Amino acid sequence: MTTLLEIAAPTIEYRLLGPVLIVFVGACLGVLIEALVPRHLRDEGQLIVTGVSLLGALFVLWRTWGPDWRSVGAMGAVSVDGPTQAIWLLILVFALLSALLFAERRLSSGVTSFTPMAAAVPNSTLEREAAAARVEHTEVFPLLLFAVSGMLLFPAANDLLTMFVALEILSLPLYLLSGLARYRRLLSHEAALKYFLLGSLSSAIFLFGAALLYGYSGSFTFSVIDAAVATPTEHDTLLVTGMVMLMVGLLFKIGAVPFHSWTPDVYQGAPTPVTAFMAVCTKLAAIGALLRLLFVALGGSRWEWQPVVAGISVLTMLVGAVLAIVSRDIKRLLAYSSVTHAGFLLTAVVGASTMTTGLPVGQIGSAAAIVVYMAAYGFATLGAFGIVMMVRGVAGERNDLSAWQGIGRRHPWIGAAMTLFMLSFAGIPPTAGFIGKWAVFSAAWRGGYWWLVLIAVILSLVAAYFYLRVVAVMFFSEPATEVSDVHVVMPGLGTTVVIAVGAVMSVLLGILPGWIVDLAASASQLLR
Amino acid sequence: MNPNYYVVLAAILFTIGIVGFLVRRNALVLFMSVELMLNACNLLLVSFSRVHGNLDGQAASFFVMVVAAAEVVVGLSIIVMIYRARHSANVDNENLLRY
Repeated sequence: MTTLLEIAAPTIEYRLLGPVLIVFVGACLGVLIEALVPRHLRDEGQLIVTGVSLLGALFVLWRTWGPDWRSVGAMGAVSVDGPTQAIWLLILVFALLSALLFAERRLSSGVTSFTPMAAAVPNSTLEREAAAARVEHTEVFPLLLFAVSGMLLFPAANDLLTMFVALEILSLPLYLLSGLARYRRLLSHEAALKYFLLGSLSSAIFLFGAALLYGYSGSFTFSVIDAAVATPTEHDTLLVTGMVMLMVGLLFKIGAVPFHSWTPDVYQGAPTPVTAFMAVCTKLAAIGALLRLLFVALGGSRWEWQPVVAGISVLTMLVGAVLAIVSRDIKRLLAYSSVTHAGFLLTAVVGASTMTTGLPVGQIGSAAAIVVYMAAYGFATLGAFGIVMMVRGVAGERNDLSAWQGIGRRHPWIGAAMTLFMLSFAGIPPTAGFIGKWAVFSAAWRGGYWWLVLIAVILSLVAAYFYLRVVAVMFFSEPATEVSDVHVVMPGLGTTVVIAVGAVMSVLLGILPGWIVDLAASASQLLR
Repeated sequence: MNPNYYVVLAAILFTIGIVGFLVRRNALVLFMSVELMLNACNLLLVSFSRVHGNLDGQAASFFVMVVAAAEVVVGLSIIVMIYRARHSANVDNENLLRY
């Protein structure tokens, strides 16, 4: 027993893991600011810490970019390989843009989208006093950074335990953030409760699956599990059950049908900047984690999971598109649209013929396709939610589609930007969405899933219908008289930047897709 | 000692947790059901650790405990926030978000 008790000091590649560590340190500094800095300085302080740590993480990522650096680090717990670095790049850029949305103040005359005092009962004297005193929860920035550090760790996790811990690090701040909306606080509370209860259920299921795979292979490390999968034993029940339960946990975070039911409620109830952040970064981190789990740890049993993921992908695209058609609320519509996009992303996961990249080098494999798709989806989503924040009534945003009638006529630039995002979502050339769709479909096609591509193309036409309906509402319908309190507020610099960057990238990635495809293809080798 | 018994016990506890989550209506009880599921996972980890003769599973169960504690902090704060606003923790009353 003495040998078991010898614990060697771990070696950690600080530079390679720099982006995660910097963001985490930034989050801790943010907590210290809350404790030590006077209230009137906190807002600026938090913004500076958030910006500096995200930019610092990007800088370290840039310095360590490339195949020479990529390796499995932190005693085999974290795998910093091509897909990880590419996903890190996207998460950091999108988190930076989300932070700009978090900091938006001009839209609701000088205050943020977050409640002045989360502990106060809605409409109570306490809350009104807090609002009058302009108290604010600047804690949202450290919470954002904690979530980002979990999101960076999640797709890089190289064993099931790290993956579980990262899942919780990214989830717990998001549960809190979704309950902090300034207006319609009961909806926000409800969103937080639903997200928390269903999220903790799904992570418990994930953990049970992890325990079963540990029982099957005797280790949490993906490479050991992979070796155990390659040598069949009589305990295959453990493997299959564990695999299914792990996939439930990850597909919940991605928002795939039948684990999507939280998505519309949480997206609608949460503050819009948080919704934008969740819609992009959570999905990105979770699809990266799913890719690594299925390819690196369970690549040997892909004949079991490929048909399952293909079925879920079809269901996700179908249900998301159909429910988006009937929804009357722009945030719900975007939520169902994100469900549909999860389905398109899963087609790339399915089309796996080799387990390092998904496909031989030089072709657009699954990992690269997902990066390209998420780049297109992320910029359009952040921009679209930025515009959602601008359409306001007397009490906060107006999210019902009837309030959006005629906005495109009165504000041509807003209408044009929203139209651009919708076209990108629908995947109509020459927007970025088309390149993303082309990438994931070609990955699925070369993996031999031509029927899936066929269904996906048909369903993307169905999805195009509800995106174009938003465009039609904005440009071709007269505003009803009872929604006359609707007005479009011109946002501050941050939101303007987000919308502008989203619009420019949606066009740029569509017209000049070469560099993002090259970048993704150069970073598509999963390490084992 | 046959580890199968422990695995079966863990599975039973986990199932009780899921059933509790699905049939009960109080947010606190739902939350307790999730905690039961996490503890079932711990039991499973520890018994597999014994089967394989390595300590990975036991170390993992500590991580799970810490995560569960963090989850309690977040979860209870959300539930208390809702109880103060509505004087009820019944999840059936949480029905504003639809369509």
